[in-house]
Amino acid sequence: MKMERPQARSLPKAPTGIPGLDDITEGGLPRGRPTLICGGPGCGKTLLAAEFLIRGATQFDEPGALITFEETGEELAQNVRSLGFDLDALVEEKKIAIDYVRVERSEIAETGEYDLEGLFLRLGLAIDSVGAKRIVLDTIESLFAGFENQAVLRSELRRLFRFLKDRGVTAVITGERGDNSFTRQGLEEYVSDCVILLDHRVTEHTSTRRMRIVKYRGTTHGTNEYPFLIDAEGFSVLPLSGLQLDHAVSNERVSSGVPGIDEMLDGKGYYRGSSILVSGTAGTGKTSIAAHFAREITRRGGRCLYLAFEESPQQLIRNMQSIGVDLEPPVKKGLLKMHSSRPTLHGLEMHLVQMHKMVAEFDPTAIVVDPISNFIDTSSAIEAQSMLLRLVDFLKSRGTTALFTHLTSGRSALEATDIGVSSLIDTWLLLRDIELGTARTKGLYVLKSRGMPHSHEIREFVLTANGIQLKQVAGNAGKARKKQ
Amino acid sequence: MTPDNSTASEKWNLRLYTAGQSPKSLAALDNLKRMCEQHLAGRYTIEVIDLLKNPRLAKDDQIVAIPTLVRKLPEPLRRMVGDLSDTERALVGMQIKPQK
Repeated sequence: MKMERPQARSLPKAPTGIPGLDDITEGGLPRGRPTLICGGPGCGKTLLAAEFLIRGATQFDEPGALITFEETGEELAQNVRSLGFDLDALVEEKKIAIDYVRVERSEIAETGEYDLEGLFLRLGLAIDSVGAKRIVLDTIESLFAGFENQAVLRSELRRLFRFLKDRGVTAVITGERGDNSFTRQGLEEYVSDCVILLDHRVTEHTSTRRMRIVKYRGTTHGTNEYPFLIDAEGFSVLPLSGLQLDHAVSNERVSSGVPGIDEMLDGKGYYRGSSILVSGTAGTGKTSIAAHFAREITRRGGRCLYLAFEESPQQLIRNMQSIGVDLEPPVKKGLLKMHSSRPTLHGLEMHLVQMHKMVAEFDPTAIVVDPISNFIDTSSAIEAQSMLLRLVDFLKSRGTTALFTHLTSGRSALEATDIGVSSLIDTWLLLRDIELGTARTKGLYVLKSRGMPHSHEIREFVLTANGIQLKQVAGNAGKARKKQ
Repeated sequence: MTPDNSTASEKWNLRLYTAGQSPKSLAALDNLKRMCEQHLAGRYTIEVIDLLKNPRLAKDDQIVAIPTLVRKLPEPLRRMVGDLSDTERALVGMQIKPQK
């Protein structure tokens, strides 16, 4: 064993390149040491291990060796192709070596003493053939099914991990989750440096994948459960932090796209990078306010991401055209990106991960989530609140202006949001039915707007073929009270 | 199953995978020779493959444990791991003796 220099404080780490994972591990997996990835069947451990290897070879100039015990090289290549990785090409370029180790007990009779030197030679060969800095063993537990003599296996496993450390390769070992232990064969006993647990849970028919770092010796790491996503671009993990109140704050203003609303907000509109909530009962015009905002942002050359959870983009465009808001040109120009999905399609966390991804990819100046209330219907209040908190936090840290619509039910008090998000929201617009004399009409008022003097009036809210018009309500025509 | 040695003219082609001159490898070769002389005299060939010299073959022939004995002929192919010190299991494994 080499002595570590005392001044070498932090553990050297091998970055995974997987979005989010390097954040929660504070830099990656322990370099030159083994990491155990465990979880139940179908939790994604093989894919995570493979991605670590592939990204190592493609992004960090660290060739890798892939030792697979369950799938043949071709099967694995096929699986990772679905994540957009071309394993065959990497093998061709000598960046990755694959060895499929087949062990089947039915074929093997044991006649005396043996060791697993053959396996070691193969590992050595695979490492040497590409100059591997990383290695994946997926899953070494198969050896336990292949050989009878457990004592030999255990001592050979111990030797194996020593061998890997001596070779200085960063190793990822996968293992199937056991009943009372992280892995069925107690692999965690051998891998003491880093253990990552993957979990695939289904609550109320929607599935959520989560990851937790159970142990990471010699380093700090995030200890929460982090949701992750596997999609066409591989893994992404959502590093969730508490609400950090240290965002850069902008004094810049952005127009709401409705002159009447801007007027109510100190004549200037929202603050850039703030969170805006538009709440109201069904059919009061929340989406219209959101559409005006989206059009305004793109008209000024900004980029807007519109997440619609009730309507398809086509439907939304058609409906908004009827009130004179044409969202088609900005979509064609690539400034407005609309994305529709059903809230029930994924769990809450998955939506959050997906939003993160889309925001990271599209890099919008503003985002519309229409409506946010659908998430609350599909999850518990606490979960919804924490999701919104994280979303707001994330968007604020990027300086992205966020507009959420929220459908309040007719019965509950309008001001009462079921999610208790008030503290997260900077500007809150409320739409409600009001009675004017004998007529019933819609009214809009500003429930709060931080950091600006705003109107406290209720204005009549009218949808015309030329967009939203706000009118003074008769008998209410006095000057807007100002609040600091 | 009928024991394979029923046909006395049958050729036996055995391949032993070793890793250098390790005690287990040497013991396996000794035990193998002794068994063959006893049961297959004059109709066997033993090929010893030292994987230290040619590690590539460990991959190509799917060798994990050392020593491994592969009966290439007569068909079907049979594999055994270990130093063949358990003569009984070795003979059954090679199907020189019928399984009890």
